[in-house]
Amino acid sequence: MSGDLLEVEHVTKCFAIGGLFGRARFNAVDEVSFTVQAGRAEILAIIGESGSGKTTLARMILNTFAPTSGAIRFRGKDLLEVRGRKRRLDFIRQIQPILQNPYEAFNPLKRVDRYLYASAVRLSGAQSQMARDEAVDAALRKVGLSLAEVKGRFPHELSGGQLQRTAIARALIPSPALIVADEPVSMVDASLRMSIVNLFQRLRDELQVSILYITHDLATAYYISDRVIIMQKGKVVETGPAREVLIHPQHPYSILLKESVLSPDDVGRGRLTLGHDRGAMESAAGVKE
Amino acid sequence: MCQSDLDRQSAGEPHPAPEGAPALSVDNLRAYYLMHYFGVEREVRAVDDISLVVRRNEIYGLAGESSCGKTTFLKTIAAAVRPPLTVIGGSVRYGFLDRDLFALSPAELSAVRWKHLSYIPQGSMNVLNPVRRVRQSFIDFAYRHIRLRRGAFFAAVEQHLQRLHLTASVLEAYPHELSGGMKQRVTIALATICRPEFIIADEPTTALDVIVQKDVLAMIREAQQQIGSSMLFVTHDMTVHANIADRLGIMYAGRLVEEAPTAEIFTKPMHPYSAHLVASLPRIGEQSRKKSLSGAPPNLADPPSGCRFHPRCSLATDVCREASPALTTLAPGHRVACYAASRW
Repeated sequence: MSGDLLEVEHVTKCFAIGGLFGRARFNAVDEVSFTVQAGRAEILAIIGESGSGKTTLARMILNTFAPTSGAIRFRGKDLLEVRGRKRRLDFIRQIQPILQNPYEAFNPLKRVDRYLYASAVRLSGAQSQMARDEAVDAALRKVGLSLAEVKGRFPHELSGGQLQRTAIARALIPSPALIVADEPVSMVDASLRMSIVNLFQRLRDELQVSILYITHDLATAYYISDRVIIMQKGKVVETGPAREVLIHPQHPYSILLKESVLSPDDVGRGRLTLGHDRGAMESAAGVKE
Repeated sequence: MCQSDLDRQSAGEPHPAPEGAPALSVDNLRAYYLMHYFGVEREVRAVDDISLVVRRNEIYGLAGESSCGKTTFLKTIAAAVRPPLTVIGGSVRYGFLDRDLFALSPAELSAVRWKHLSYIPQGSMNVLNPVRRVRQSFIDFAYRHIRLRRGAFFAAVEQHLQRLHLTASVLEAYPHELSGGMKQRVTIALATICRPEFIIADEPTTALDVIVQKDVLAMIREAQQQIGSSMLFVTHDMTVHANIADRLGIMYAGRLVEEAPTAEIFTKPMHPYSAHLVASLPRIGEQSRKKSLSGAPPNLADPPSGCRFHPRCSLATDVCREASPALTTLAPGHRVACYAASRW
């Protein structure tokens, strides 16, 4: 439908592993379909453990590589048609990534403001020094930082939380419609996590940015997302409104996931048990060890 | 290992402390990173006057943000101190030693390590030698402490693995053939094989998936209960502490700011920082707005004057800026370092 922001239709990605003989094939992403509507900003959480295919899916949405079959459309246009500098720049202005490890996203030998200025010049069309400074400062203020704090600093001079917020500011400079955030808070301290998670809420509510929030943390997904997709081994096992799916999960894997989430309310109640239900847990998780 | 090596080690084995001594007693420990390079003098006060006691058969959790000094603290009590880290003062006494840890010679330390004191470091799944099978890691770490011939040694290892619900086939695998969770379980089995009296764990479950994390935590708890050892468990994740720690200490900027039984920290936190840590935890079923703490953790090379938390504290008064509050016992088993603690 042309009214959708992002349309993922029966997308499958098949990887071949192994040597010259006996190359095994497996589907990292298997027949995944969902849409993100235009018009109303929302946070869609994609929940899955490692090996579920969520990062592969994110890479395909960011047009890093093409799916083996199926199609991904952004604002009605298939991603495979995004070729050539002009179309690619146009695309990048509207979809921006935030990745898991801020220390990997920034070159340790480059000052952090260089990235911000580069985005301002290439993606936001700022020409004069003053326009660039303004664009960068405005983006930094949206995340609770300022140009004065960040100017001239190297990545190691900022804390993990500050660096991740700078990465978010960089993603905000071109005023994108969709942000693909792949595990944005898993490397940030638990105590600083909420400041970034709250920021995502503000981005949706005040700046009308839709966010694809990829995570394995059910608690923060419950806290901010509108809809939720649960993935296991490349397939979508359950999807729906966040409150419904996370309070009353239906699929055995979703139920297992929810039961494994540690809660601070269990303090002193000795809920950790070993061995008894491991067999059931392992078959539900499809784990072979 | 030749016979003379074994003889040398049994001669150097340290003697245990008297009965009734706690598993670990740390008094006024100070460990700074002292750097003098190219005319620059920096003193990073990573561990600044910490005193705590870990009882026998207890899991003591240590919580705090990154760069609060928890890993430095662990390195210090494991006697893994290398320049520029320097121990400035204080003492570390274990229940299985009759002397201060720093008074031991290197030979005595290597007799102690792994047999009485083991360490599960951060990213410990990387402890396993990637080019050798897992059984080689067991030989490297544990063989010389368990005085058995090869066959009997491996029988003992397999028995230990079985008690922790691991199969013996894991010994024949290479580390890259195992999943992250499996490697972590193997590392825990490795750390507990000699039945040490004290285990130090630094973020052992941080890199794991949700389902695996719960399983690994349960395994840690069971291993600790089977051996009856004491454990110092460090993580920044408060929900992990809620599920595993018996007592919890909260560290901030190199100092201990609160210490109490875990349930009390969650129900009646007395220090504003602990209260924030507990209140900001998101839970499934709760959608109320969680506030985050303003500001950033202090630079330990130039910490704030007085109480190190005062720049971020909504209850800060003049006295907080001038002098650092001492850790005092405000309730049975509950110590707090805060001038405002008794007020709310």
